[in-house]
Amino acid sequence: MDLSFSDDDLAFQSEVREFLQTSLPKDVQERTARGLHPTKEAAVRWQKILNEKGWMAPNWPVEYGGTGWTVAQKYIAGQEFGLAAAPVATPFGVSMVGPVIYTFGNQEQKDKFLPRVLESDDWWCQGYSEPGSGSDLASLQTKAVRDGDDYVVNGQKIWTTFAQYADMIFCLVRTDNSGKKQEGISFLLIDMKTPGITVKPIYGLDKENSLNEVFFDDVRVPVANRIGEENKGWTYAKFLLGNERTSIARVGRSKRQVQRVREIAAAEQCGAGKLIEDADFMTKLGKIEVDLMALEYTELRYLSMLSAGKELSAEPSLLKIKGTEIQQRLTELLVESLGMYGAAYEPSEAYDGRNETAPGPDYAHGPMAEHLYLRAASIYGGSNEIQRNIVSKMVLGL
Amino acid sequence: MDFELSDEQNMLKDSVERFVLDNYSMDARAKLANTELGFSRDHWKTMAELGWLGMPFAEEVGGFGGSAVDVMIMMESMGRGLVLEPFLSTVILGGGLVAEAGSPAQIESILPQVIEGNMMLAFAYAEPQSRFNLNDVQTAASKSGDGYVLNGHKAVVYHGETADKIIVSARTSGNSQDEAGISLFVVDAKANGLSRRGYRTVDGQRAADIMLENVTVAADALLGAEGGAYPTIEKIVERAIAALCAEAVGAMQAANEITNEYLKERKQFGVPIGKFQVLQHRMVDMYMEAEQSKSMSDMVAMKLSMDDAKERQKAVSAAKAQIGQASKFVGQQSIQLHGGMGMTDEYSIGHYFKRLTTIEMLFGNTDYHFKKFAALSS
Repeated sequence: MDLSFSDDDLAFQSEVREFLQTSLPKDVQERTARGLHPTKEAAVRWQKILNEKGWMAPNWPVEYGGTGWTVAQKYIAGQEFGLAAAPVATPFGVSMVGPVIYTFGNQEQKDKFLPRVLESDDWWCQGYSEPGSGSDLASLQTKAVRDGDDYVVNGQKIWTTFAQYADMIFCLVRTDNSGKKQEGISFLLIDMKTPGITVKPIYGLDKENSLNEVFFDDVRVPVANRIGEENKGWTYAKFLLGNERTSIARVGRSKRQVQRVREIAAAEQCGAGKLIEDADFMTKLGKIEVDLMALEYTELRYLSMLSAGKELSAEPSLLKIKGTEIQQRLTELLVESLGMYGAAYEPSEAYDGRNETAPGPDYAHGPMAEHLYLRAASIYGGSNEIQRNIVSKMVLGL
Repeated sequence: MDFELSDEQNMLKDSVERFVLDNYSMDARAKLANTELGFSRDHWKTMAELGWLGMPFAEEVGGFGGSAVDVMIMMESMGRGLVLEPFLSTVILGGGLVAEAGSPAQIESILPQVIEGNMMLAFAYAEPQSRFNLNDVQTAASKSGDGYVLNGHKAVVYHGETADKIIVSARTSGNSQDEAGISLFVVDAKANGLSRRGYRTVDGQRAADIMLENVTVAADALLGAEGGAYPTIEKIVERAIAALCAEAVGAMQAANEITNEYLKERKQFGVPIGKFQVLQHRMVDMYMEAEQSKSMSDMVAMKLSMDDAKERQKAVSAAKAQIGQASKFVGQQSIQLHGGMGMTDEYSIGHYFKRLTTIEMLFGNTDYHFKKFAALSS
């Protein structure tokens, strides 16, 4: 047992820091530090910089364009990106559909789609949830009927993040209704420009349009765009969800948020002193820090097990549950740190358009937006309750 | 960056687990806990023969030269069986203080005896008013001729009743809460003026309140520099906390396994109660607490050798706070999920609950360490 990093790892850490210092655009960093989403233009601009460096897809095998980083290097990069307020690449392409394509797709699909993911030429979105299928995902009803070399797709998806930006959607569709619900699902890649697709915005708690409904009305999709076998889509879907859970702890980001609470608390007046001198407030922060430390060392312990060749079952669900709880507690504390200015809130659109500064101190712009958005963290990627079901079944055998 | 055990460490782990399996059935433990001694001298001999009592000490004095990780491995495995022998009191605390601050003569006369299993130690640091503050020492040591005279009341000294030598913290100068002016003395348990009131503790162990009335000790009873013991005490208590954290992890893992099995066996409404989602989620929360505690225990074992005192103390307080919180949750919920069976003295789960309850309070409870962590962080 040893907590120290090797000289190679430390050299790598310096390389990451230097890269972020010189290459991360200031406007992208500022929005991320505040807790605001990058615009599509900014996200693509940043991802192209990452790709040029060869760092777009740390989790991919080298043969498809991955970095070949060790477990320790992936951990270091995650920490440094979080601490520097560098946004992670939009997950739908590189973290979600990419691994499904190189694991289960055919050669033609790999050649066609993977380079476009790396180069951010396609913006992907995720067609999983439906109005009647949330946690019970396998009950989905969007139908795909074979007609010659095409499927004809009819139905509706919902909670589709950034569908309004998307060039492509990966979609779970029902191709068989006769047997168990899990056994009649197929996994299709669909061009968003195909006639019959309509995207309708859903405005969120943060008054922003991150979420959408996507309607399919006689949408023709070439059979060549199906991943793997017909009716085996549930296997690929679960594989994707498993990948999603491991990348969701975001320890580096939360460490930065701890620093941010401190910065704001040092500036905020509280009685005769500063908020940072208030023992109750600081004990609250201390408790989150201790939980964050427990999460960090649990993640490291699991990574160490993986690099020692051991297998994990549903343990990463713990990282999802604890990681998202901590993210939520931190944004809650950030809002609390603002006092009454925590109440001032306008969507970024209104703020951008008026060309004037937000009310209150500069740091007050951002925390509430993130606090509102991150209420979803314990719902998306399989709700935290569903994660507990998974651990109960897979690890505890209940 | 590596959390894996070496081959030797895996052997150590197997060996302690084997000992626990062979000797610490719940019945056997209950019998030992009910004896006047509260543990087994035969087991103590076995531990000496296996080299465990020399684990953290240098090879020059006959020890094994083991690391804090080795101690963690042993304590975790002992925690699974709620082992009663005074390993923590004698080896980690008493032996640790002597090895850290002792003169060559003190080390020579005490450590080989400890390692061979012929001498037991206890550390008398707490007092009725001190709560968790190691610097709150009113017991007085005044110079008298070449030696000292000790007067005071030491509280809840684990294994103080059976120890051959008691290491006592006493004030040689300063006010009752000053860090400066605290000294350590090695006092023979049979010394004139030393009286012990032994009693059971709720976790099946034994402790004593120790009264010192004009106890005369020679100059060579002083352990370390006069008035300068506080940093030594802090350092050894940090190690004891790390060891307790590991013990708690073993106890929590065992309690969770027992409870998980019970959920599969116990039937109500025609099904195993583990089929009910509300109980499944509770069990998952208990599992997650134990998993995170394991990570914190590993972390603190690895950080104990750090030179940066502040970072080390932060790690220790963070681990104790998290593990204290987890210990309470796992202990209490284990009882809840067992229903009425959990309330009986006969069934094993309650004994885990009781040990986890005392671990939470020993060397500073959860609140104390959260506050300390917050203060160290600002």
